[in-house]
Amino acid sequence: MANQQSTSGNPRVDLEYRRKKNVEEMRYQVITFALMIFLTLIAFAAVGFGDVSNWFTIPFILLLAVVQVIFQLYYFMHMSHKGHEAPQLFLYSGALVGFLTVLAFMTIIWW
Amino acid sequence: MHAEEKMTHETWPASPEKATLEAKNKFLGFWFFLGGETVLFASLFATYLALKDKVPTADHVLAKDLFEMPLVFLMTMILLTSSLTSVYAMYHMKNFNFKKMQLWLGITVLLGLSFLGLEIYEFNHYVHEFHHTFSSSAFGSAFYTLVGFHGAHVAFGLCWIVSLMIRNAKRGLSLYNAPKFYTASLYWHYIDVVWVFIFTVVYLMGMVG
Repeated sequence: MANQQSTSGNPRVDLEYRRKKNVEEMRYQVITFALMIFLTLIAFAAVGFGDVSNWFTIPFILLLAVVQVIFQLYYFMHMSHKGHEAPQLFLYSGALVGFLTVLAFMTIIWW
Repeated sequence: MHAEEKMTHETWPASPEKATLEAKNKFLGFWFFLGGETVLFASLFATYLALKDKVPTADHVLAKDLFEMPLVFLMTMILLTSSLTSVYAMYHMKNFNFKKMQLWLGITVLLGLSFLGLEIYEFNHYVHEFHHTFSSSAFGSAFYTLVGFHGAHVAFGLCWIVSLMIRNAKRGLSLYNAPKFYTASLYWHYIDVVWVFIFTVVYLMGMVG
């Protein structure tokens, strides 16, 4: 993965290599950003111009949100890099508890 | 590596955000905090979903009468863009370019401020035009708690980034402050993660009915 310490004895060569890796990574970030904008546009369009019924629109925009959040976590927040095992454990545990909370509030608790 | 050591382009490590023990702990601790934030926001979302459109009488506004797409769209685009500008800031941090990092952080702060301004306008509009307040209905309480909590996170994130920028303005980058900038940028991305669910669950799902 990009941005790991290299063991090259020559710091200059190492620096060049890292610069290039960083530029490459930045390009992926911009592509990620473009995809996220695109997903947002689809979600707004689905609601704005949609004559489609709700049973389709709601799961569809929720799916778009989940995909966009995965992009944000794995690229913008670097969870795709090495050494992110603990962050994944923390975040997924949080997401699991969160999901159960939402599920419980929407099904077995009535108002 | 010592945190106070004066760094050069050659000695700057590839992952300055995790180069010292303090930095490693900070990184781990901050992600643990973000896991907790996920639970916190999930419980607010759950409350909102349960109390959505629960109003005492028929003359209260419901979600579908309240939300307007152009404003939400603009706020979404602003916050998403500010997430990218903070990625640029971290890119320059990794390249040991302090000036450019400060510049991109500054742009991030400006975008965050405009988001916050629009949110204040939005709440003000709901209160004065629709009499939709925190105490007018269960729907109102749940809405302002969820969206307001996110807004408070934006405000806190702005204060955080601005204090880091000012405190370190004359110091330049070091292994002491690089992890600080890095965690602040993680926090800023996380705010955008929460907003993605807010614009989908609260606003878009509110507009479909």
